[in-house]
Amino acid sequence: MSRTSVTDPAPRAASLGSRLAALGSTGEVGGLLLFLALVVLGFSLATDRFLTVPTFASIAFQLPELGLLTLAMLIPILSGGLNLAITFTANISGLVLAWVLQANGGAEAGMAAFLMGALAAVAVGALVGWVMGAIIAYTGAHPILVSLSMMIFLRGLGEFLTRGGDISGFPEFVREIGHGWFLGIPVPLWLLIGCVALWHLLLSRTRLGLTIYMAGSNIEATRHSGIDTRRTLMLVYTLSGVMCGIAGVLMLARFNSVRVGHGEAYLLITVLACFLGRVDPFGGFGRALPVALALLILQVIASGLNLLGANQHLATALWGVFLILVMVIRYLWAGRSARRT
Amino acid sequence: MRNLSLPRIGTPHIGTTERWLMAVIAAMCLFLALTTDSFFTLVNLFDLLNISAVNVIFAAGLLVVLIAGGIDISFAVAASVVQYLTAITVEQFGGGNWAVGFLVASFYGFALGALNATLIWRFRIISIVVTIATFNLFFGALMFFTQGVSIYDLPDWWLDRIILVEFDTAIGFAELTLPVAVMIVVVAATWFLIRRTTPGRQLYAMGDNPEGAKRVGINIAGMHYLAYGWLGVTAGIAGLMQAHYAQEVVPNALYGRELDVLAAVVLGGARLGGGRGTLLGAVLGVALVAITQNGLNLLGVSPYAFKMIVGAVILAAITLSGSGMTALLGSFRTRPERAVP
Repeated sequence: MSRTSVTDPAPRAASLGSRLAALGSTGEVGGLLLFLALVVLGFSLATDRFLTVPTFASIAFQLPELGLLTLAMLIPILSGGLNLAITFTANISGLVLAWVLQANGGAEAGMAAFLMGALAAVAVGALVGWVMGAIIAYTGAHPILVSLSMMIFLRGLGEFLTRGGDISGFPEFVREIGHGWFLGIPVPLWLLIGCVALWHLLLSRTRLGLTIYMAGSNIEATRHSGIDTRRTLMLVYTLSGVMCGIAGVLMLARFNSVRVGHGEAYLLITVLACFLGRVDPFGGFGRALPVALALLILQVIASGLNLLGANQHLATALWGVFLILVMVIRYLWAGRSARRT
Repeated sequence: MRNLSLPRIGTPHIGTTERWLMAVIAAMCLFLALTTDSFFTLVNLFDLLNISAVNVIFAAGLLVVLIAGGIDISFAVAASVVQYLTAITVEQFGGGNWAVGFLVASFYGFALGALNATLIWRFRIISIVVTIATFNLFFGALMFFTQGVSIYDLPDWWLDRIILVEFDTAIGFAELTLPVAVMIVVVAATWFLIRRTTPGRQLYAMGDNPEGAKRVGINIAGMHYLAYGWLGVTAGIAGLMQAHYAQEVVPNALYGRELDVLAAVVLGGARLGGGRGTLLGAVLGVALVAITQNGLNLLGVSPYAFKMIVGAVILAAITLSGSGMTALLGSFRTRPERAVP
């Protein structure tokens, strides 16, 4: 792993072009793009139904749920932690939105009720994140443990409140948000693009972004340099919770129902996407854009396997093999370039 | 916060976390003994032991990996794979017996653990990524090859309940069964490994400071095979016991158990990051969760609320645990003094 200076993840480079070129030369985005091209090529050779509009439309609609949850996972990992509670935070946020809609007339609820509910959902997500962040920051307990017990708690809470069932019966325009198009691009994808851009700006352009990278690299040193690391950690998990809240709203719109456990299978895939997008598992290094690209690759593979008629469980096993292969190839590649120089 | 607590040979030493857990467990037991008729009966206490045996066996194995500085989330699905492979293998051998069963399960368990160790050590992939990958690989492959079909016609020796101790009490028979004996043997063997052997001490050393351990000449590769192999063997044995207890082999019966066991072990003071952890703590962690669930059951609380309360108990325990409390109290005296992990 090439560890460069702490300020490296947030370069103040001039134009977008030179930034992309700089990224490409480090092989980060370039390698992933090449990989994406290979995957697309492979699937289009395997089945002629792959390079079609419906395939890409389905990818564009399926990507955002996973994408928002991955963004929720990204910032805690960058700060040197992990948030295992993301899917259940999203579920609880979805429940909050569902209740606000139901309390305001169910299927007859208006746009104002939806906006209020969405706001409440995001606020609840933020609250959950804030609680985790506070426990992590003030007790020094490991983020895996804190978020794990929060996950168990939220799952229990959700099952308790819904008795394990679904909540459905929402107004028609909510479906539109999950399945509609805007300017030729699916609405959920717009949402994802917006959130990726937000995260990218937050990480590369703000003081908070810089302190997140610093805290992830060396929290002791960061604290000694006069930064309130507790505040940083609380903000990290609060932001993660906010993103879970947004994901919860989108998941409600996409599935047109809320069920505790929706998206549970995404948890490990979000971690996978972060690592595939070259985020350092120990924190401190990684960017939003390569992670978004890694997500796209994973979704293309999932859709491709689906088109090829692969058994769902076989696909799960292949995920595992695929992740191992990527890591092994990366290791061999790193060894090769180390020998060359 | 590097609190190097190598086991002190000779003097029995109980750490802060363990003392806190004991106090909490004692308080809970007292409360349950006073509020319910059935908690403090031999029947219930023995049942608690019978039910917890499998989790304790898992916990003992996982502790070894955590001490060595790794993490493994594939062990529970690996145990399911071992159950199937063992069932198939003993059938090939014409039935077999307990000795063959333990041997075969340990062998398969070790093989799966060694696969993790190989990927982690040979290709320098961090353990959480490897085990996320093998989790998907094991579970996907198991579901694919078994088509989700359970095995009920296990050999007689595997299904016949073995009662070790039996008391006839006023409210029924109090029995200790084979899994409890196996649990005691596994815990004793693990205790001997980590407290009384040189490789065991070396595991602590490697977990605390991998670079230092390498420089003093500890065989790091061997340590990886020891830690993951040990967890593999204990997981295999736990799988054998779980099938014995449940009287069947179901592909997804253990799915999801890994996170519960991980939470319990880390609650017991094992540090994610290595170098710290005791068997007493791991057992107490499992006990706390088991007693909470048992108590809720006896108090007649809705099963839907179980997970919620267990999660809340773990969250509270982290916040109030020894180190957490010190940090919290310290934080009121000297503002940004103590650091996060």
